[in-house]
Amino acid sequence: MTIALALEQLLNGIQLGVMLFLMAAGLTLIFGVMGLINLAHGSLYMVGAFACASVAAWTGSFWLGLIASLACAAAAGAIVELAVIRRLYDRDHLDQVLATFALILVFSEGTRWLFGDFPLYLDIPPLLQGIVNLPGDASYPVYRLAIIAVGALIALGLYLLIGKTRLGMRIRAGESDREMIGALGVDIRTLYTLVFALGSALAGLAGALVGALQSVQVGMGEPVLILAFVVIVIGGIGSIKGALYGALLVGVTDTLGRFLLPQLLALFVDPSQAGMIGGAMASMLIYVVMAVILAVKPRGLFPPAHA
Amino acid sequence: MKTMLAAATMALSLGASGLAMAEPLKIGMITTLSGGGAGLGVDTRDGFMLAIKQSGNKDITVVTEDDAQKPELAVQIADKMIQSDNVDVLTGIVWSNLLMAVVPGAVAQGKFYVSTNAAPAALAGQGCNKLYFNAAYQNDNLHEAMGEYANKTNKKMFILAPNYPAGKDSLTGFKRYYKGELAGEVYTKVGQTDYAAEIAQMRASGADGIFVFLPGGMGIAFMKQFAQSGVKIPVMGPGFSFSQDVLPAIGDAALGAKASGQWAPDFDTDVSKKFTADFQKEYNRLPSIYAVQAYDAAQLIVSAAGKASVKDADAFRNELLKADIQSPRGNFKFNTNQHPIQDIYLTEVVKKDGVLTNKTVEKIFTDHGDAYAKDCKI
Repeated sequence: MTIALALEQLLNGIQLGVMLFLMAAGLTLIFGVMGLINLAHGSLYMVGAFACASVAAWTGSFWLGLIASLACAAAAGAIVELAVIRRLYDRDHLDQVLATFALILVFSEGTRWLFGDFPLYLDIPPLLQGIVNLPGDASYPVYRLAIIAVGALIALGLYLLIGKTRLGMRIRAGESDREMIGALGVDIRTLYTLVFALGSALAGLAGALVGALQSVQVGMGEPVLILAFVVIVIGGIGSIKGALYGALLVGVTDTLGRFLLPQLLALFVDPSQAGMIGGAMASMLIYVVMAVILAVKPRGLFPPAHA
Repeated sequence: MKTMLAAATMALSLGASGLAMAEPLKIGMITTLSGGGAGLGVDTRDGFMLAIKQSGNKDITVVTEDDAQKPELAVQIADKMIQSDNVDVLTGIVWSNLLMAVVPGAVAQGKFYVSTNAAPAALAGQGCNKLYFNAAYQNDNLHEAMGEYANKTNKKMFILAPNYPAGKDSLTGFKRYYKGELAGEVYTKVGQTDYAAEIAQMRASGADGIFVFLPGGMGIAFMKQFAQSGVKIPVMGPGFSFSQDVLPAIGDAALGAKASGQWAPDFDTDVSKKFTADFQKEYNRLPSIYAVQAYDAAQLIVSAAGKASVKDADAFRNELLKADIQSPRGNFKFNTNQHPIQDIYLTEVVKKDGVLTNKTVEKIFTDHGDAYAKDCKI
């Protein structure tokens, strides 16, 4: 194995982790502030991807599509919060799971109704096409590097928003004691809608960014949602910092596992068997990691202090 | 779940086709009409319905349901079709893992299954069954052809397929004929959408050619990412990797790619030209290989239904075995394991009138059967 290959795989892992972070940040924020389990988060990811693909096809500009994905996902999130989620805060988690699962079905069938069964396609903007050469003879697609950069910027932005602004102070207060912050005169309902829209916009952005790498199709959000749940459980539910570290851990583990496990097994069995068994084991690897982390730290790596 | 009842309607040819039997026949079609694999299922359904429509046989009804590429859903649909819809023949499944979940149960209950695509090795050898026919190929076939072709052009191949029955059959078939060195052999998760880790391995492997079997949305995602990665190794694959349902999505990245197939839209026979024209007229797009396979499956059922009652399983089976059809593929007959014996060609992706399509280059195999027929005792 060369250094170039190792570097490229590490970047692939980080890029996957960054995507997962965009999903997990919204999920964990919503859980932390409102105590709500939102299964429909994957649908908002899909909404972002479809919005970006259709606006980009219509206007010919990926950048307008990206703006549309943020706007549509945030709007969809706000509408869902006002219409459905608002009624669920005082219910137990089972009711929330049922209602948000129903939302998945509504979003999926609605999207199919609007766009049909066939996947849409989104091309990478010309500015971000091509590859860059990295030290050690490695090269890497510009677009994937751009995704990593966007993820890093969002992580920094969230850190500043939550740590340094008045809105962030309220969000943190909401996490600590919902009744008290309401009693102190903060408009808690608007705050909830805002947080939900923010989380949705991040999911929509993730969907749009990934849409250019793959195909945009109904049901694309659910596999990512499962990984995002793994991330927030590993990171500690409710913690943005945990979501960041959890996402990077899952991304890198998954990518390196897919790559290294078959090679490791090939030392013992023939390459064809190793490929098959290694591939199967690699898809279990992140769940093994999750189990080990939960066994050592039952509340995740960075559990929020108050809970 | 939508249920579509499609009745064959073409009154004119009823007298002309000389139907001896007026026995009603009900076909249950389970196929993938949503998600990343929807293109394959839609072509399967449309090719099948074209043949039913052209037959003008009003006694044949087709019930279609979407399996969403999920084995558990396919099993539920099959049970429902057998128990409450009382279908006589099942067909339409695209994916081998779904087929393996449905077929053993269906034939055990005395129903015919005529496969339009999936053809796992497990059902071609010792596991063959009198009621199970395959109108497409045996899974290994197109990959075997590419293995044979790669012997001429490549010395060090990197091969990749999804980790499910057809993926294993694929690489087994390729290696059965390919004699050169392997730079890598990788199995990916079914439905995987990001191939960055695999493409990185290809870049580092020093291979002089890449063989990929990634049907449907997987292939689209792979080819787009591959084109972006800047890796310049030529890609080849079975016909599915570059078939008409995925070419528009892959775009110019597919130009020049070599593939194998039992049929291509440029086939210069009257039957093939008529089929292509009829399909284009009906659905306003070029047919894919899946459409041809389903078209032939429907033709086989129609031809048998015209001569025997499906209630008499032995007689119906004998009529199916005769394969008395005009296939757009040309030569078509059944082997002893009820899988096709047919010619396999090399194709190349070209741009014709602004549309990406496959051009036939040369014949790789003549009257090619499969490696498992000798183990089938029926």
